[in-house]
Amino acid sequence: MTTDDEPELEQEAAELVRPYVITNGRDLLDDQQFSLITLVTVHPEPPRTKPLDPERLGVLDLCSGGFLSIAEIAGHTRLPVGVVKILVSDLVHEGHLCSRAPVPSAQLVDRQILEEVLNGLQARFG
Amino acid sequence: MGSRLALDDGVYLRNSVQTAAKILVVGHFAVGKTTFIGTMSEIPPLRTEEVMTQAGQGIDDPKGAPGKTTTTVAMDFGRLTLSDQLVLYLFGTPGQQRFVQVWEDMTRGALGALVLVDPERLEDSFPVMDLVEHYGIPYAIAVNRFDGTPVHSVDEIREALDLLPETPVVNCDARDQRSSADSLIALVRYLQSRLN
Ligand SMILES: Nc1nc2c(ncn2[C@@H]2O[C@H](COP(=O)(O)OP(=O)(O)OP(=O)(O)O)[C@@H](O)[C@H]2O)c(=O)[nH]1
Ligand SMILES: [Mg+2]
Repeated sequence: MTTDDEPELEQEAAELVRPYVITNGRDLLDDQQFSLITLVTVHPEPPRTKPLDPERLGVLDLCSGGFLSIAEIAGHTRLPVGVVKILVSDLVHEGHLCSRAPVPSAQLVDRQILEEVLNGLQARFG
Repeated sequence: MGSRLALDDGVYLRNSVQTAAKILVVGHFAVGKTTFIGTMSEIPPLRTEEVMTQAGQGIDDPKGAPGKTTTTVAMDFGRLTLSDQLVLYLFGTPGQQRFVQVWEDMTRGALGALVLVDPERLEDSFPVMDLVEHYGIPYAIAVNRFDGTPVHSVDEIREALDLLPETPVVNCDARDQRSSADSLIALVRYLQSRLN
């Protein structure tokens, strides 16, 4: 599996005109800060000024109703996931949004999560 | 103001939810992924689209021409709130092509995968099984029986797919909630057994 061609992938994705414009020409994020299932919502004490551009404003308004995952934000706004990650990242850095801390993928945690998933499925459908 | 895009309450997670988990629902073209996710999801299933660079030489197509093409790949997903603090997302993506970035994104942090197979087209499942194995995702096989197809025994399927003895094989009707939930439960029990 070639992972060394990733910068190229990002570059090609960034060449797509619309996402490139929305994200002010920034490279798509390659860090692991946000995954598809990172949960975000509006910050309880947001800055006084709102973002000006319609895409960020749209994401912010969407998130004003409660917690959603990155994937859901992409689904509702019909923006590509890579773009949503950048918009959310900006909004988090500016203090508009906050995210639930990502879960460390330790075995102990997995064990607990699996237990809870099983109990939940059985309670709901069993 | 008044230009709120915020949606109905039912769209949002409970505020108490702290943890999100992810299980993949994968399989070849038209095997029932979207149906399965629609059956299980508490919200109308959502879809995201990514423009992807597809490696010309995929593991599913070793003779493929070198070079790359860009393609739009759709991923559908649904959501199941399983306790006050835990939400489970089900992600479905076609497996007949190798979309590097989608698979990396999708598999990262996934608990496991349910591989839907059509017993009449078992060989079509090999590429997606290769992908899931390549990314190190533990999986169970859910045999989606379509109407009027002959019944194959679990042993026949196990042998034809060349599965490890411990890999669960369950029958599943993706249109039926109980049956679909049972397949997920079989997967989760298997995932638990691997930790012991
Ligand atoms: N009899 C039967 N039909 C099914 C079952 N699951 C899905 N179908 C039907 O099979 C067809 C394809 O199902 P989809 O859920 O769209 O399959 P998919 O895997 O999402 O397909 P692609 O996204 O195109 O790869 C639909 O007409 C479904 O109604 C099943 O368990 N039993
Ligand atoms: Mg589908």
